Amino acid sequence: MIRSQAARTSTPAGPRNLLRTVAPAAFAAVLAISLAACGSASTDSTPAAGGGASTQGSAGSPPALSGTVTVLAAASLTNSFDVIKTEFEAANPGVTVEVSYGSTATLVQQVNNGAPANVLASAGQSAIEPLQKNLVKGSSVFATNVLEIAVPPANPADVTSINDLGKPTVKVVLCADTVPCGKAAAATFTKARVVPNVVSKEIDVKATLAKVTLDEADAAVVYHSDVVAANGAVKGIEIPSQYNTTLRYPIVTLSDEAATRAFVAFVLSSKGLMTVQSFGLGAP
Amino acid sequence: MRWRSRAALGVPALLALLLLVVPLLALLAQADWRRIPSDLATPTVLPALRLSLTTTSITAALCVLLGTPLAWLLARSNHPATTWLRALLTVPLVLPPVVGGVALLLTWGRNGLIGSHLAPFGVQIPFTTVAVVLAETFVAMPYYVLAVEGSMRGLDTRLESVARTLGASDLRYLRTVAIPLVLPGIAGGLALAWARALGEFGATITFAGNFQGRTQTLPLLVYVELEGDPAVATSISIMLLAVSVLVLGLLRGRWLR
Repeated sequence: MIRSQAARTSTPAGPRNLLRTVAPAAFAAVLAISLAACGSASTDSTPAAGGGASTQGSAGSPPALSGTVTVLAAASLTNSFDVIKTEFEAANPGVTVEVSYGSTATLVQQVNNGAPANVLASAGQSAIEPLQKNLVKGSSVFATNVLEIAVPPANPADVTSINDLGKPTVKVVLCADTVPCGKAAAATFTKARVVPNVVSKEIDVKATLAKVTLDEADAAVVYHSDVVAANGAVKGIEIPSQYNTTLRYPIVTLSDEAATRAFVAFVLSSKGLMTVQSFGLGAP
Repeated sequence: MRWRSRAALGVPALLALLLLVVPLLALLAQADWRRIPSDLATPTVLPALRLSLTTTSITAALCVLLGTPLAWLLARSNHPATTWLRALLTVPLVLPPVVGGVALLLTWGRNGLIGSHLAPFGVQIPFTTVAVVLAETFVAMPYYVLAVEGSMRGLDTRLESVARTLGASDLRYLRTVAIPLVLPGIAGGLALAWARALGEFGATITFAGNFQGRTQTLPLLVYVELEGDPAVATSISIMLLAVSVLVLGLLRGRWLR
């Protein structure tokens, strides 16, 4: 898929004239580029329309919901929340759910900086600690996840247990220390008394898994749900429970509209939980 | 009548200036200046700064050593294929850097076009500082080549004829006449390429990964810190800004007009 994208982008362009005034352009380029690193974490989530829900239903039937629910969800929830969104929108035709995925740490920063989100679904509870308390209207755990070792299907470094990740010949990729999967992995390695041979610390769990999917790293520590989502592109190796770290996923309500409350209730309903669990997450 | 033409040019010019300058002011305004010295003393900053300066310097050297001859050949060639070659060179400019990173993995990775032949000798490029340099060169060299080629094309062809009648060889003409004349173009292209290399993020993180002291350059550190401590990220961004303005300012005073 990426290859075809590369081919499509290869439109020839001839900016020779543009480059004639190189000095000012260079100056501007530096400023722009230095800033790009700063601003790349923004989302394109649109604000909730018109303050959310309006009651339209007649007496007797449940009131029809309308509006937009903007959901920020952890990268590890990508597949399950895509389905939740579809199911919820099918049950509530008046409501649009917009989901933006990213590392929980980034999402929390976005909420604190005023991103117009109604719901935040986080990977782990420690990750939402920096969340400004006055923004939180409610929070409950809807899923759990455990760590797992992902290796390429051919398992080139012959990894069989967490102890193998300490070998100097095994190239291990982890999440950065600042994101939940990185913190959890660090705790697990401490418990297992293994010092992994880390070659890279990626910015989120999907990027970490990608290094194994691309067969450049020998092993990565990701969530069990990511191994399930990879659908055979990687092989999972369990980490024994005495070393493993369990993450509890809270869903945080950030606003009071009826549609928002309905969405959170839908995630916590038995149908919602079943959907989430079908993607490899554990029961709360 | 005069004020009208002034407004017709002045208003869009002012808008352009605002679009470019306001985000910079926002960054500077948001910074906690008293914290900057302690933020920059964070143990992760110095290795990233050192790595960024080393890799961008090597990238700049590669641009000059390999890019100048390429620009020269492109500037002199009138073959129809040259147009296509030039178009091909601009592809890395429009390619999303992450896609560039994937392309580099498919080339230099252990299953890649070239990488698979290096692997038996124990040579592995991804996750090394060499990968950072390759990523930076991939995105930065086109800027250099196109800028230098442009100024080489602008050379008066009679100069070459005269040099030839005086018995100068191709290389001698290049060394003693052409290069000194296009020096401003070389400096400009170098500044542009260096700046692009310094800000490189997508191709680096995809191809080289992110490891402190080995592949974690300043832009990667900014991104990681944005999730850890955003104030540190702002401080590093301001330092990155200061370093680039300083280097380009010096270049400007010396060579750029």
